[in-house]
Amino acid sequence: MKQLRLSGSGGQGVITAAIIFAEAAMSEGRQVVQSQSYGPEARGGASKAEVIIDDAPIYHPKIIKPDIVLSLTQKAADKYYKDLDNAEGLLVVDEDLVPNVPVFANVIKVPVTRIASEQVGKMLFTNIVALGVLVKLSKLISFESAEMSVKGRVPVHTIEQNIKALKLGYDAV
Amino acid sequence: MTDMKLMQGNEACAAGAVAAGVRFFGGYPITPSTEIAETMAKILPSVGGCFVQMEDEIGGMGVVLGASLAGKKVLTATSGPGFSLKQELIGYAACAEIPVVIVNVQRVGPSTGQPTSPAQGDVMQARWGTHGDHPMIALSPWTVRETFDAAVMAVNYAERFRTPVILLMDEIVGHLRENVQLPAAENIDIYPRRCPSKTRLQGYEPYAPEADLVPNPADFGTGYRIHVTGLVHDYTGFPSGSPAVTEEFIDRLHKKILLAQDEITHYDEFFMDDAEYAVVSYGGVARTAYEAVRQARAKGIKAGMIRLMTIWPFADKVIRRNAESLKGILVPELNYGQLKYEVERAAGGKCPVKLLAKYNTEIFVPGEILEGIEALKGGRL
Amino acid sequence: MKERTYEKYFRQNRLPHIWCPGCGNGIAMKAIVQAVEMRGLPRDKTIIVSGIGCSSRASGYMDFDTLHTAHGRAIPFATGIKLANPELNVIVITGDGDCTAIGGNHFIHGARRNIDLTVVLFNNTIYGMTGGQASPMTPLHKKATTAPYGSVDRPFDACNLAQAAGASYVARSTAFHVQHMTDMIAEGISCRGFAFIETVVQCPTAYGRKNKMPDPAEMMKWMRDNAVMKTAWDRMPEEKKADKFPIGVFHRHQAVEYTEAYSEVITLAQEGGK
Repeated sequence: MKQLRLSGSGGQGVITAAIIFAEAAMSEGRQVVQSQSYGPEARGGASKAEVIIDDAPIYHPKIIKPDIVLSLTQKAADKYYKDLDNAEGLLVVDEDLVPNVPVFANVIKVPVTRIASEQVGKMLFTNIVALGVLVKLSKLISFESAEMSVKGRVPVHTIEQNIKALKLGYDAV
Repeated sequence: MTDMKLMQGNEACAAGAVAAGVRFFGGYPITPSTEIAETMAKILPSVGGCFVQMEDEIGGMGVVLGASLAGKKVLTATSGPGFSLKQELIGYAACAEIPVVIVNVQRVGPSTGQPTSPAQGDVMQARWGTHGDHPMIALSPWTVRETFDAAVMAVNYAERFRTPVILLMDEIVGHLRENVQLPAAENIDIYPRRCPSKTRLQGYEPYAPEADLVPNPADFGTGYRIHVTGLVHDYTGFPSGSPAVTEEFIDRLHKKILLAQDEITHYDEFFMDDAEYAVVSYGGVARTAYEAVRQARAKGIKAGMIRLMTIWPFADKVIRRNAESLKGILVPELNYGQLKYEVERAAGGKCPVKLLAKYNTEIFVPGEILEGIEALKGGRL
Repeated sequence: MKERTYEKYFRQNRLPHIWCPGCGNGIAMKAIVQAVEMRGLPRDKTIIVSGIGCSSRASGYMDFDTLHTAHGRAIPFATGIKLANPELNVIVITGDGDCTAIGGNHFIHGARRNIDLTVVLFNNTIYGMTGGQASPMTPLHKKATTAPYGSVDRPFDACNLAQAAGASYVARSTAFHVQHMTDMIAEGISCRGFAFIETVVQCPTAYGRKNKMPDPAEMMKWMRDNAVMKTAWDRMPEEKKADKFPIGVFHRHQAVEYTEAYSEVITLAQEGGK
């Protein structure tokens, strides 16, 4: 069983990224559940999405111990990394938006938001850059599966930019 | 079977309803059920159906009852505050025997409570929310896939018994996405709208019961000129103040469901063959309970689980039968204790029934229920 | 004598009705069936929907498919019937309390959607069935059991309300002006959209007795003397309008009807959206 947590603020698209990740894993024949929690805000506030992947049916729907936590804001990083396993767990943070990186053994800093705005052209693609990062680091799904899943879930006129974002994220780590 | 899909519980609810023949949805947006309305708004017109967003929850209930009387299979969806508002016309549907499915994706209450957090606090409201004596059917699915089936079943029961059926979901399953494989359309059993068995000239009485105690009032616009009212009425459908008519009417409303109770009581038993302790669970919580029971087994505790899908009418026989051979039952609920008392009543003193209550917006983790099982075994609950 | 052809529209075995001697509801009910006859509506494709209260008992006496709903909820039920089967003619019978108090939200939203319903409000300015409590249409300073010193709650003008909310057709008549009332309803039936007709009816029992007008004939004379045809009303000097009220057609505006608007949604959805 693998457990991934994607966190940020409302509007950053972490739930969409989690859905795409889960769908890609499903397309590879895995069992998946995806859940989220969020506050009343449509934008801002803390947003958390989880994906559990297993070969057997998954019953308890929430993460007990995450393998990877991705945090796209300082608030999310502070709030959501604590149950990571000290030895095995991996914390991935946005290099610019999480200036005070929590003290933790395995941290990877990636300028996710910067890649989205400067190299893809819009902050809007932050979540798909982040997805690319997770695909690479988690080694749970292939790039191709993620690519297919992105194509099925984003608006048709944005496919090209989203695939670019996915690739940039994948290559950034 | 169709292709594997990643689907949300709320989406599966909408898909199941449409598969069962629902062609009319009226409602009012409310978290955490809104995706059901949104999905219906998208799908229904494409299959020639109709979606209407009403001015309030009561209007949402009224509009589906009107559409049902005009011959459509109907569904509405809401959550706690809206469920409270809908109670008036849920009673109307029970009295006038109008098929309708009301989905309640439970969230934390009372009042506005915690709109985005899960709870199971409406179990008793589903049974007793509207005033007066009436029966109720309520189904509570535990997976996304079963949500699809439960929606089909709810629509079928609403049509078969001509009664309101509550699809008692919770935020856990409503917002959960899982890989699901839906059945192919030809493999889904659909209960058709009941039709009059006599013509007007043959002395048709719209509310005269058939052998199953369910009447066949004609759809509006089909030439029968029937009268439908929320007043107590006789077989003609017209109001009656007679004590005998009233008594028979209330009696029949209940008996038409009770006659079929065994058939509509759906549940699972896991690890129950040699179980000494059982967890009785329902809805999203059952997922965690299942995990906990497996962990208890791994520790050598003879634990089992009864997972209730049919919440109302309550599965008395299932609980009674199991209680005979059990040393204790644990009922974990995301409320202050509701279905526990039904389990206790049904167990009839054959074994102790203990509550594990949680009401802080968070769901159980398996360890908590495992501790509960251990405490039950150790006599510490 | 004119043949009483409208009688076939009543369920003879359900009569006599439960209304008090002198009540105006029967006049409005008869006007509805005469309007139905005038317009030649097929009886088996015409549905009568009512709420709760004295007015709303009318549905039980009328030989159509009839629906006696819950208090205030006639319009949502009627909306569902019409949307489910747009070929049906749906007539709503409601009262001043049913329509403008407990059902007020449904009323304005029905008008806003402009769904093809003919809504006939029997306005007796009181809650009659429950013994004479004030309604949102009880005139200022008139007495009711819940306004023993006279009502200080400003009343609604339901016609203005319907018009402001978007109804396609708005009219008023009185129990004294029987033929006029029938004509007003018949035109409402012909209107493709939300048609609203307020019929002023006398309630001698619950309203008249408390307000020095216990005789139904006197109440109808009051209607005769105070109702002013719209055209005359428009020319009337303001100072003469006190205590008088206009009747006639107040508003005609053919906007897109809701079931037609929704049929376009169906077309769009079936073409694949956008």
